Amino acid sequence: MSPKKSFLTRLRDWRVGTTLVMLVVVAVWLMPTAGLLVTAFRTKTASVESGWWTALADPFHTVWSIDAFKSVLFSEQWNLADAFMNTLGIAVPATILPITFAAFAAYGFTFLNFKFKEAWFGLIIALMIVPLQAVIVAVLQMFGAVDAWLMTIPGNEYGDLKLSGNYPAGWIVHAAFAMPLAVYILRNYMMTLPSALIEAARIDGASHFQIFWRLIIPMSVPALASFAIFQFLWVWNDYFIAYLFVGDKPVMTYQILSMLGQHGEGWQIVMAGSLISVLVPLTVFFSLQRYFVRGLTAGSVK
Amino acid sequence: MTDLLNNVFLAISDVMQNPVLSSVLAIVFGPLATFGLYWLLNKLVSLIPNQKVRNAIEPYAFIGVVLLLVGGLLVGPTIQTTVFSFMNADSTEFVGFKNYFKLFADPNFFITIRNNVLWIAVVPLVTIVLGLLIATLTDKLGKAREQIFKSIIFMPMAISFVAASSIWRLNYMWDSGDKQIGTLNALIKAVGLTPVNWIQNDTFALNSLMLMVIVIWANAGFAMTLLSAAVKAVPEETIEAAAIDGATGAQAFFRVVLPQIWGTVISVFITVLISSMKIFDVIWGMTGGNFHTNVLGVDFFLQYFIYLNTGKASAIVVLLMLAIIPIMIYQIRSYRKQEEIR
Repeated sequence: MSPKKSFLTRLRDWRVGTTLVMLVVVAVWLMPTAGLLVTAFRTKTASVESGWWTALADPFHTVWSIDAFKSVLFSEQWNLADAFMNTLGIAVPATILPITFAAFAAYGFTFLNFKFKEAWFGLIIALMIVPLQAVIVAVLQMFGAVDAWLMTIPGNEYGDLKLSGNYPAGWIVHAAFAMPLAVYILRNYMMTLPSALIEAARIDGASHFQIFWRLIIPMSVPALASFAIFQFLWVWNDYFIAYLFVGDKPVMTYQILSMLGQHGEGWQIVMAGSLISVLVPLTVFFSLQRYFVRGLTAGSVK
Repeated sequence: MTDLLNNVFLAISDVMQNPVLSSVLAIVFGPLATFGLYWLLNKLVSLIPNQKVRNAIEPYAFIGVVLLLVGGLLVGPTIQTTVFSFMNADSTEFVGFKNYFKLFADPNFFITIRNNVLWIAVVPLVTIVLGLLIATLTDKLGKAREQIFKSIIFMPMAISFVAASSIWRLNYMWDSGDKQIGTLNALIKAVGLTPVNWIQNDTFALNSLMLMVIVIWANAGFAMTLLSAAVKAVPEETIEAAAIDGATGAQAFFRVVLPQIWGTVISVFITVLISSMKIFDVIWGMTGGNFHTNVLGVDFFLQYFIYLNTGKASAIVVLLMLAIIPIMIYQIRSYRKQEEIR
């Protein structure tokens, strides 16, 4: 037998057929997004008059423009630059807070003993069934009551200090909805950590609080990271919670949905806005894909 | 004194008006306050002199915040919504099952239910089949190609339903005249067929099916990722043994691979099933529930915000939750089984 493989064998090993099939699948998957990418850089007239592919067919005679980006970012009407900051102001704390809450709770459920432990844990997990719609009415009322109470504070008669419409309202709701999955995933992870280590630390006189911060948190970084990415993407992409509870601070998804409602302004506006809004999640996703996938395989998805 | 406080609160609210300042403050102080809260809780617990009492209370310094949070924002409100579903439009008096009777007397509500049934019949199955197909096809392609292909399929999962809606609105655009700037209709015209109004044409629920395409596009990557991990865990020897016994590729897949990954298939199926039952965001962004594409999740918003009927809106949510509960019980049971195996 000759040591060199024949051309045909190598071709078969390379699986040309499967590759071609996958190339077609991938092309179908990317095609919708291509329209987004191209249209964002077109002029208003062009985007309304002709399909996006006509710009690609004759790229050197097409008038490319970044006017749409300038308009969506800085115009009085769209102001995505501010919306970007608002989104960040919701998303970062609404990622860190629930993870902190869930990590403490997961520690309690893994390493501490108390009454009704399994029942409490079961209850938290079972809350995965609660859809957002089930709580909207009551939570809006509750936040309204909190605001009314805040107005009784001397000096706050005009309601300058209030919960509804501000960031903390969004953080709280996001945190509550993240809890069931976060506690489940983190407890599952902590159960794999060696409990002998914790017992040894206890004998040395360390408190549970110290063990949590010095031992468990550093060892749980992979699980914490994968859930953090997951939660950040979820909050960044959220529309409803931000719209309902943080109305004073319009986020990007809100602005883009109103652009979509008025696409008489031209498709380039909607697409430039959408493109800006997906930059952060796509960067997070592609740079941290490994952790994200690990998080998915560890638990399940909302 | 009150004047001073007035100004303090006004100043705070002014600062909060500035998006850059307020988000920076939020990012710094939100987490700091959280860490402070737990530090304080544990400090308080450590001050309890009696060790027995301390041991009994300490767990709640760890889980207490979460219990309060889910109790106050998930359990309480859900119970309240259930109560509202037995009350009138502005929740001032009890009306018994009237909201439910009214819903089922409304022919439009049956279209809503039919759409929900369509969503759960189509989306989970197609998502699984596509995900499994891609997972199996990419499995033997070598690392580089597998990574690239899978990343592309997975990418739509990272973007918002709002961005997905704007992308697909452009794809589904339809023009009554001759000028088709929507991708799909341009393709259809190119092969000589008549362009279709994908969003409004509800013959055989066509528009609902087109909305499902968006969700499948977005979710296939999720199914692919989990199933791909399962396929890779199938021992190579079992497939080789089947090949030696003369099994074809398809036989080996259905008789050897599939049974071994069945647990994952079911759990992905249930996850997609539950999210299809709860579906609302894409429909909200694409049609707002018009043109007979309404589903329970969207109908809630219409009843609550447009028709201002809290009673009916709550009844819709309760029906939705009743439909999800049996599936959830099944899933929790299978989680338990998995844990026992571990």
